[in-house]
Amino acid sequence: MTAPTLVIKGGRLVDATGVRTGDVVVGDDGSILAVGPDLDAPRVLDARGCVVSPGFVDVHTHLREPGKEEAETIETGARGAAAGGYTCILAMPNTTPAIDSAGVAREVLELGRKAPCDVRTSAAITVGRAGEQLAPMAELAALGVRFFTDDGTGVQDTRLMRRAMEYASALDVVLAQHCEDDALAAGGHMHEGEWSSRLGIAGQPAEAEELMVMRDIALARLTRARIHFQHLSTDGSVAMVRAAKAGGMAVSCEATTHHFTLTDERCSTYDPVFKVNPPLRTAADVAAVRSGLADGTIDCIATDHAPHTPDTKEQPFDEAPPGMLGLETALALALTELDLAIEEVVGLLSWRPAQLLGVADRHGGPIIEGRRANLCVFDPEQEWTVDPSTMHSRSRNTPYAGRRVRGRVRHTLLEGEPVFLDGEATR
Amino acid sequence: MTDLLSITDLERGDIERLLDLTDRFAEISTRQIPKVPALRGKTVVSLFYEDSTRTRLSFETAAKRLSADTMNFSVSTSSVKKGESLRDTAQTIEAMGIDCVIVRHKSSGVPWQLTRWVDASVVNAGDGWHEHPTQALLDCYTIRQQRGSLDGMHIAIVGDVKHSRVARSDIWAFTKLGATVTVVAPPTLLPPAVGAYPVQVSHDIESVLPTVDAVYLLRMQRERMTEALLPSLREYTATYGLTRRRAELLRDDALVMHPGPINRGVEIDPDIADEQRSVIVDQVRNGVSVRMAVLFLLLGSGTELHTPTDALQEASA
Repeated sequence: MTAPTLVIKGGRLVDATGVRTGDVVVGDDGSILAVGPDLDAPRVLDARGCVVSPGFVDVHTHLREPGKEEAETIETGARGAAAGGYTCILAMPNTTPAIDSAGVAREVLELGRKAPCDVRTSAAITVGRAGEQLAPMAELAALGVRFFTDDGTGVQDTRLMRRAMEYASALDVVLAQHCEDDALAAGGHMHEGEWSSRLGIAGQPAEAEELMVMRDIALARLTRARIHFQHLSTDGSVAMVRAAKAGGMAVSCEATTHHFTLTDERCSTYDPVFKVNPPLRTAADVAAVRSGLADGTIDCIATDHAPHTPDTKEQPFDEAPPGMLGLETALALALTELDLAIEEVVGLLSWRPAQLLGVADRHGGPIIEGRRANLCVFDPEQEWTVDPSTMHSRSRNTPYAGRRVRGRVRHTLLEGEPVFLDGEATR
Repeated sequence: MTDLLSITDLERGDIERLLDLTDRFAEISTRQIPKVPALRGKTVVSLFYEDSTRTRLSFETAAKRLSADTMNFSVSTSSVKKGESLRDTAQTIEAMGIDCVIVRHKSSGVPWQLTRWVDASVVNAGDGWHEHPTQALLDCYTIRQQRGSLDGMHIAIVGDVKHSRVARSDIWAFTKLGATVTVVAPPTLLPPAVGAYPVQVSHDIESVLPTVDAVYLLRMQRERMTEALLPSLREYTATYGLTRRRAELLRDDALVMHPGPINRGVEIDPDIADEQRSVIVDQVRNGVSVRMAVLFLLLGSGTELHTPTDALQEASA
């Protein structure tokens, strides 16, 4: 017999079915036992003034393990995720070694089992992410891998990408692309434009991203495969996906929090904390990403959480690695910066990425009896200042240090367990 | 002012003040003993991550003429070779109690990063493709020496503007002092957003030369040939080089300038570099005076320039 363990009291429930008030009782089997007014349980989590939503799902997390545990581990990344309201994250495969075989994927999933977040893994499309030979996608799919990407780089060879799409179409998996034409972007370290010209830094043209979006839409038409575009950053990319969707194609895409909040002007201090790939773009691109999020062209918000140790981010701009933290600031930035209703913001963070990732059975679902208690409780009005030193990630490379934002996670429940409670990680 | 990082940061008045001050240091350089005690007790370190003979020598000469102690942090034989980070190197140097770091680095922006990690004054001696502010100051000084003022002048900058920190600094300096600038280059050697600069653009050197008061030739780097930016050096010389025939299109009083080192026969005909209107040697000479002014302004108290110097001169007479 399932026993109630706790009740989340007094919150505003926001899920795909709408907004309402009610208490949520969670049972010792990790499920939601009851939803309604005036419920009780042995333990009470105060949610007055807060939103209770399904936990967030990040389709784009760099956990650095194996290979760069000094920057992040699966455990520390998952803890940061819990602090950000996430109950499910997808590890990117650009580790050392790359996640391109069943052995490495199994290791990542095994380490994830102990973590305070449901850690899923993607796998590389090509062996070693080298873009030359297909990774054993069927074997990886049999392990439960649903997302394949060479993230950090795109598959450059057009014929190989065609084969990947054809092969993947038999496996019920998603091919995801980091869109960048390497030949055109080679040697670039920031968006190519007015600021790169002034700063004397070699640029990555927007067209380097757009060329691959264009190519993969054409390939998807050829192969009838579905394709997901990762971290789209340009006006042109968003427009192409909008047109492809209007034409009935099975394309999806994500945008990161930094691509709707920061522009390339930030690079003018030469602080590599603002170096990221795809790079921060222009104000027009930021506006395009925002409109794509508003009209549904962009399916979800992703973090592209990319931890780097302080010493690697203290190198010269053109030598420092690209990437910035994202898990612990995504909700606040979305609430602060996007002019969207709260259920739309939560949808972009929760049920829409959950559907994309194929985890909607456990994450992002409606807050009703019988569903898994993967939940986030956040105060949408609380203002706070981003402070790198208080983050749960092992790294500190947030571009938002000192920024005032609104909306803070209070509790995160993973399978009914409060893994983040009153602003503190519990494990 | 505690650092000299870029011309972009400076106002017209700042540049003019530096050039006025340079006059006084140019005078010192003509003395029998070209040395003043203005920076006695101050320590200046050259931190050059990129090979440079003339700029490093020019800065060291300037510092020595001001009686500063100079140290040369040679990257090729130092801990940097063993993998020491920029920040650690900077903090190591600072721990030795230095007053000024003169830095050159192949990466744009390194001087800005240094200012976040050290309290000492930082002088940018060239960062990547970005800026080379003392070169621009000495270029302005040289033009002023010849013409009195840059106001209303038309200056052509010819060559690889895209990869040139000299061009980026000169464009800002020349225009801030009232000149108009035309950059002359094939489109592949212009910055992607050349519209971000207050310049006119031309791809026809022969139409520009008759209209200019000075033509500034940039060094054409041979490695650009491997990046598909130009078909060949020969074609560059044929279309953009200051050949003997093209030099005749210049007005008689037009100045010919170059930051050095010269690729004779590539961007400039060998003879023209040595002609009367070429001020290339003046540029080098003025470099020491300008850098003395910069170091004095950043590190000196501003009061020791005359009295002790004159005493020194008298003592040595």
